[in-house]
Amino acid sequence: MKIVLDHVTKIYPGRVKGSPEVRAVSDFNFEIPDGKLIGLLGPSGCGKSTTLNMICGLEAPTSGRVFFGEDDVTDLPPENRGVGMVFQSYALYPHLTVRQNIMFPLENLKGSEKLSKEVMREKAEEAARLVQIDKLLDRKPGELSGGQQQRVAIARALVKRPRVLLLDEPLSNLDARLRLQTREEIRRIQVETGITTVFVTHDQEEAMSISDQIVVMSAGVLQQIGAPQKVYDDPVNLFVAKFLGTPAINVFMGKVRNEMLWIGDEAVLQVKGVEDRNVYAGIRPEGFTLQEDGPLSLKLVRIEVMGRDTSVISTHGACEGTTVRSIVPSDAKINNNGGYVRFALKPYKVHLFDTTTKERIYFGAQEE
Amino acid sequence: MDKENPKAWLYLLPALIFLGIFMVYPLFDVLVYSVEEGYNSASQTFFGVGMYNYAYVLRDPYFLQALKNTFILVIITVPLSTGLALLISLGLNSITKLKEFFQTVFFLPYVTNTLAVGLVFMILFKKTPYSDGFINLLISFFGGSTVDFIEGPYWAKMFVMCFYTVWVVLPFKILILTSALASVDPVLYKAAKVDGASRMRIFTKITLPMISPMIFYLIITGFIGAFKAYSDEVAIFGTNLNAAGMNTIVGFVYDMLYGDSGGFPSYASAAALILFVIVLTITVINLLVSGKNSRYS
Amino acid sequence: MSVSQFEKIEKKDRVSRRVRTGITYFLLAVWGFIVLFPFYWMILTSVKSYSAYNSEYIPKLYTLSPTMQNYRDAFTAVPLARYFGNTLIFTLITTGVMLAVTVLAAYAFARLKFRGKNLLFTMFLALMMIPNELVIITNFVTITNWNMRNTFIGLILPSVTSVFYIYLLKENFEQVPDELYKAAKVDGTSDLKYLWKVLLPICQPTIVTITILKIIECWNSYVWPRLITDDAAYFLVSNGIQEIRENGFGRENIPAMMAAVVVISIPLIILFLIFHKKIMAGVSRGGTKGS
Repeated sequence: MKIVLDHVTKIYPGRVKGSPEVRAVSDFNFEIPDGKLIGLLGPSGCGKSTTLNMICGLEAPTSGRVFFGEDDVTDLPPENRGVGMVFQSYALYPHLTVRQNIMFPLENLKGSEKLSKEVMREKAEEAARLVQIDKLLDRKPGELSGGQQQRVAIARALVKRPRVLLLDEPLSNLDARLRLQTREEIRRIQVETGITTVFVTHDQEEAMSISDQIVVMSAGVLQQIGAPQKVYDDPVNLFVAKFLGTPAINVFMGKVRNEMLWIGDEAVLQVKGVEDRNVYAGIRPEGFTLQEDGPLSLKLVRIEVMGRDTSVISTHGACEGTTVRSIVPSDAKINNNGGYVRFALKPYKVHLFDTTTKERIYFGAQEE
Repeated sequence: MDKENPKAWLYLLPALIFLGIFMVYPLFDVLVYSVEEGYNSASQTFFGVGMYNYAYVLRDPYFLQALKNTFILVIITVPLSTGLALLISLGLNSITKLKEFFQTVFFLPYVTNTLAVGLVFMILFKKTPYSDGFINLLISFFGGSTVDFIEGPYWAKMFVMCFYTVWVVLPFKILILTSALASVDPVLYKAAKVDGASRMRIFTKITLPMISPMIFYLIITGFIGAFKAYSDEVAIFGTNLNAAGMNTIVGFVYDMLYGDSGGFPSYASAAALILFVIVLTITVINLLVSGKNSRYS
Repeated sequence: MSVSQFEKIEKKDRVSRRVRTGITYFLLAVWGFIVLFPFYWMILTSVKSYSAYNSEYIPKLYTLSPTMQNYRDAFTAVPLARYFGNTLIFTLITTGVMLAVTVLAAYAFARLKFRGKNLLFTMFLALMMIPNELVIITNFVTITNWNMRNTFIGLILPSVTSVFYIYLLKENFEQVPDELYKAAKVDGTSDLKYLWKVLLPICQPTIVTITILKIIECWNSYVWPRLITDDAAYFLVSNGIQEIRENGFGRENIPAMMAAVVVISIPLIILFLIFHKKIMAGVSRGGTKGS
């Protein structure tokens, strides 16, 4: 089932009389292809949860339409949409057993869809097997660990075989190790069932690792959609570039003169096809190569050894942040020259942005 | 600072003295009173020890009337007020506009002097030679025949008594249930909606189980409170409740102790202990039932 | 599902929601009316003149010639001002002493170490189950034997301890982090000073709650004052209003009686209007019906 959001906008009235209204989601357009896993990504408060709630039907858009396939579901309540949802806090019913929790959606079916008790039990057990909690069916949620509760929530969302599965920050209440394991689990379940799945997260690593496509949002506005690697390699604006990647991209104030990028008083990279102007130059940490006669010199602060790689921490007057972080292989030789290190830059790891619109400026071989 | 601090007893002294004299000693004393036969408060003498006081009280027609009145009051008002409070709280919880206004208004009876406002109810319900009163005006407007609720037939008096009791106890119950309802995690309702539960099912399968501890709490305290009814009855029917035929168990205790019919602390003690046993029994039954029904962590 | 089916579901949903909201507001308004009407009636009756009230065989729902005469009568024909003053004295002293006793005991239980603390506290909790009706008989005899009937001290003494408030305050004191006490000790603060300067300010909301609850309880207390006073000079408002009902104002002067009821109700209603958030929060937390 593909999902289409067509010019969806959500405006909340001001909380107090006279306070300005809040534009949570602004003119949102996109199409989620059938059977894919989509990560909805952005900093907290960017409107991603509101978007998810509108797909779910818990909130109605102020304007715009939502389609599931060819059906306009904009005004349908969630129970008639055929969606399953996993909430951030799991929202398991504390007084019901795991089995009762999973069976709950089935017991709500009415009329011709009504199921017999045996079928319900069977389906509940099948869903439990899918998420591997079939041994815990008679426990209460309070007796389960966070990861197990999470699985119960997923089983409950899946038991009705929804057309769309929605997950709101599904991993945020788990510890680091469990998070890694559970996200693979979610991916496996999604692939096994083939249900179109949307999940919301503020953790870019989480989104990039399992999504077919990621959707980056900021302040209610859609920034970029695409395959994770593509969005990382080819951000359309400064926000996306900064938001994706750990360690974060290093941003310098620079200028272009005669198709050369200048940072400080050094010409560091040839940028074909860019006219003379001031720019932001974003350089990924892995975009630096140690080179004794490299064009860019940075004042060395310290070196952090991380095993596989080495982080070189340095400063530069034109850098936006306090330090510049570059990552080099641990066997590379760092030539400390009077407190300075020299680097060459990999062109495809350098992105230029307009200083006012923050939009991407393409150069040379970089394609639009 | 981990060592024992004998000064602690100094801090506790006032509370210990007051509680000792006015709570612990009376507790034993009331037992003693209740078995002292023929106690005379003037000469402070008695001529025997035994269960006669209990037997006397249990045969006293005033006590039996009081027992009957109290039981009727309990059986009618406890379920009625709890159910009504639940209904009102659900209503309050489902609205946003004017919610605080309604909450404040509904709580108003809690802070009023029930003795004083009882007089207003008396006037509203009373039928005198000069006037039928407001309630009778309403009754005749809808085609019924008027009745004196204050000095008329038993059922009418019982009706006013129950009505006023519900009016008085409802604010507390509404307050407790509204906050219980508000403390149910709203995400559970969202989840149930996504799961396609109907409104009725959300109520019976989620709301009720989640607030059931508070409902049981209200039922238990409601039983205890209703069994101890007294001043609301005085407010409506005056101090001579026996004459009105509307006395309660607690009223009987005080009448035995003091006033025109008073001077019999032994009978009063026996009646008070009978009441205590009844309340204790009902509370234990309630606890057993609630323990069976609300077992989740 | 076809488009028309969708529309049907949507429409049904919207209509039923609107109907439900309408019914909810209507029922809430009905109960609001039942709550407020007695107050309206009491104020209305209190400003009707005696003759006007008695000539209304069918009571009127309004009056065009309000009078203050009943209020003058309420203060002159019966000693309402005295009842009022008595209640004020009783309420203030009882609440004050109760606070002192409660705070000290709660502090000892929460913060100080002494032999037998747990046993004593368990016994305290057990006392919470003892109904007032059981002990009031002996207290009546005790106060009578001490010749304290018809005195303020007799009224006040049995009313100053509340096991429940001690419990409530002790729980609150214990939520204050241990480090604060240790820091105060390092600084050389005495226990009493720590209680006064640190604990009480931090726990102020609970203190306010139990103060207000106790004031309400005192202002409305009826049973104990009735037992212990038969001299009208020591009546509190609740007893005063019964006295007025049975012996006041000569012939049944209902408007004057209502004026007295209004006067008696006003202090608590004002207190409530100012502190309604605090009071409601306090009652729902401290959860007992104060009677």
